[in-house]
Amino acid sequence: MSRHPGLNLDASHAPAHDQAVTLVFGFWVFMMSDVIVFGLLFATYVAMSDALAGGPGPHDLFELRTVFIETLLLLISSLTIGMASLSMKHERDDARLFIWLGLTFGLGLAFLSYELHDFASMVEKGGVPSRSGWLSAFWALVPLHALHVSAAMLWLVVIAVQVLIFGQDSEVKLGLLRLTVLWHFLDIVWIGIFTIVYLGELG
Amino acid sequence: MTLHQFLDTAFGRLGWDALPFWEIVRHPHDGKAWLNGLIASGAASLVVFGALAVVVMLTRRRWWRSLWSGWLTSVDHKKIGIMYVILALVMLARGLVEATFMRAHQATALNDTGFLTPEHFGEFFTTHGTIMIFFVAMPFLTGLINYVMPLQIGARDVSFPVLNSISLGLTAAGAALVMVSLVLMPFSTGGWSGYPPYTERSFNPGAGPDYWIWAVTLSSLGSTLTGINFSVTVYKERAPGMHFFRMPLFCWTALCTSILMIFAMPPLTVATALLALDRYADFHFFTNDLGGNMMNYANLFWLFGHPEVYILILPAFGVYSEVFTTFSGKTLYGYRALVLATMCIAVLSFGVWMHHFFTMGQSAELNAVFGISTMLIGIPTGVKIFDWMLTMYRGQVRLTVPMIYALGFIMLFVIGGTTGIVLANPSVDYQVHNTLFLVAHFHNMLIPGTLFGMLAGYTMWFPKAFGFRLDEIWGRRAALGWIAGFVLAFFPLYGLGLLGMPRRLHAYVEPAYLPFTVVALVGTLLIVAAFACLCVQLWVSVRDRDHLSVRAGDPWDGRTLEWATSAPPPEYNFPVVPTVESKDPFTHEKLDGKALQSPDDWQDIEMPRNAALGLVLGLVGFLGCFGLVWYMWWLVVLAALAGLGAVIARSFTRNTTKTISADEVRAQYMEWLENVRALPLTVRSQESSRANNGRAMPVMKEQQ
Repeated sequence: MSRHPGLNLDASHAPAHDQAVTLVFGFWVFMMSDVIVFGLLFATYVAMSDALAGGPGPHDLFELRTVFIETLLLLISSLTIGMASLSMKHERDDARLFIWLGLTFGLGLAFLSYELHDFASMVEKGGVPSRSGWLSAFWALVPLHALHVSAAMLWLVVIAVQVLIFGQDSEVKLGLLRLTVLWHFLDIVWIGIFTIVYLGELG
Repeated sequence: MTLHQFLDTAFGRLGWDALPFWEIVRHPHDGKAWLNGLIASGAASLVVFGALAVVVMLTRRRWWRSLWSGWLTSVDHKKIGIMYVILALVMLARGLVEATFMRAHQATALNDTGFLTPEHFGEFFTTHGTIMIFFVAMPFLTGLINYVMPLQIGARDVSFPVLNSISLGLTAAGAALVMVSLVLMPFSTGGWSGYPPYTERSFNPGAGPDYWIWAVTLSSLGSTLTGINFSVTVYKERAPGMHFFRMPLFCWTALCTSILMIFAMPPLTVATALLALDRYADFHFFTNDLGGNMMNYANLFWLFGHPEVYILILPAFGVYSEVFTTFSGKTLYGYRALVLATMCIAVLSFGVWMHHFFTMGQSAELNAVFGISTMLIGIPTGVKIFDWMLTMYRGQVRLTVPMIYALGFIMLFVIGGTTGIVLANPSVDYQVHNTLFLVAHFHNMLIPGTLFGMLAGYTMWFPKAFGFRLDEIWGRRAALGWIAGFVLAFFPLYGLGLLGMPRRLHAYVEPAYLPFTVVALVGTLLIVAAFACLCVQLWVSVRDRDHLSVRAGDPWDGRTLEWATSAPPPEYNFPVVPTVESKDPFTHEKLDGKALQSPDDWQDIEMPRNAALGLVLGLVGFLGCFGLVWYMWWLVVLAALAGLGAVIARSFTRNTTKTISADEVRAQYMEWLENVRALPLTVRSQESSRANNGRAMPVMKEQQ
């Protein structure tokens, strides 16, 4: 159990632990390849930050107020999904797990709604990807993060349904453990976006 | 909705003009249209009738069921490895035919325009490069690693068997997309590297670049997942006692290649995805206007492209290491140096990508940095060459087919590497960049390097996979044909490059080029003959399989664990997971008389059940990308939903493993063991004869 701070598998079942180690390690490796994808999109964004082509720029398009709210929502959702995995680790009842998962889902949904609102207002002001190289880089990077969040939320729902059907079996536990890794990763990517895309451009 | 609107929605932009003979219909009095249309239609009919013939054969022999449960839904790493290699060999045949057409075209293109139209010629060199890299070299090495690496580390399977079959599905879907582009034309004319702005919508709005984008994207996704799978397997599935520094060198190269795949395939995915956004959604990443910059593409592509070169070569280095040590009857010379050199090459490979575009506008200082880092790679590679030669020194060297490939490799690869050092000098590169000198150089690395390595590995491990050896005579003919054909086909290109002949040239007026192009054509025909020898070899070997049988599993006096099990190995590889005490564990077992023992700690074995997920994802990947190419949006949406649904449905499966009982394992093993013990020992001088039954007398015992 000590090998998995976030997980409590049946202590007497050593092979399950070995499989868990492999599975979680594999997911971390997968995350590394995803880091490369986001890293390259960040690099592309920075390389194209001057390519405004006479179109609208960051000061015309960004609203720091909503972006700040989005940041808070996502950071809090990292806390709640952490609580969900803690409740799983200490084998509390399903109801408690559902509360934390539900909160996480709600926060993710609120984050996405705010972000969609941001995107819509950018489009309204003429900030569409076809306008300039800089806007292309923005629209490849930030919506890809949003897409990741949506996928993670879908995964969360799938896991919740599995809890209903199978209870908190080891597959469910390992699924939630990996989802937590992904969720924290998306948080970190967002901090990069907040700093480089929004604060960096407005500062 | 009118009928017209319905057809527009259903077929997108797919129309009659996609058919390979459409140009003939449009220009019935144009001789060139006829010739090119006939060539294209011939190729298309080969695809269509080839597929039909396979279906008919499967149906008549009633093989569908065994194909389904034994192969397509199998998650056994050995079966998946074999399917990868089959894919690679099929695609190799097509790539070779294309090469022949291009050489024939250039040999007839003096003061004329050859027999191919410029578009057709452009498609030839684009598909040739794309196929040879993504659908020959990659599947071949992935297949070999898949088959051999888990056996060598004493594992029962890779870490993620279902993911493994998903990788295969995605790669095969990409290959299928390239094959379908023969029937519903055209393919891209933008070269295997797909440089914008030439591949942008404003220059080429047709389906060609889209075929290229999606085929390559599917393959890159498959390879990323493969890299994850292999590296985790090496880290987590090694048998007890198989420390890192006891691993066979092939496993080291497999590990380094997988790490490169994890980090180098995503840049390709990003590059093709951004190019797709440019083409489909009017983004401006690489366009000439509105702030786009194609240099970003060049950087992204070669950030993948250069490590890719080492993804291709490192597994071949691994194969050569196994070949030299096995067929010299000696342990590998400088094992640690070879491991370190492999790691050095893997790390350095990320620091040289800019040498692919020295002439594209950066400062001389930056060029110098990348020139020097490029030359540095020659050092670890040189270390390897010396280690291999010293492995042979005072060994009992046998000139078997893998060894012929390996010796051809050493000599030719050193020449190719030297021309690489020449090219690494930016001021020289300014003279010969974009000429056939470059083409000669990288073929010199990839054919004697990667391809000979893969063919040597195929010859060496074939008996392990199928229980009988490949015919030696036809194998020698093929190997010598490849070596001679390569020399004839590519050494003239060095000369042509120095004479200033650009690559991908459709027509020329310089008579000095002609003799070289004719010799290169002859060399290419020799290579085709060598490939034919490989086909004959396979046929002859299957026919004579009873005489070539090596069911005992150790035809070459092997040194590593894969030779300790039967040929072919059981699904679970080893009846009992071996415990490793040294490097070359099987040699030590044989010398200490510990080989072919019956273990006493029999246990039930848990193996993964078959899964259709890889097949399903490959299918929806193919359909979705086909829809994207032809703007059939309904197909794209359906395929995406089906793929997502399949993944979610799979996550609800709990019953994913099956148990093979200890009694069954023991019975199978004891039956094999009894047969093997009854066999006489084969000495090395009988290795290539029919006396080789797969039970080897260790070389060191022979010498005593």
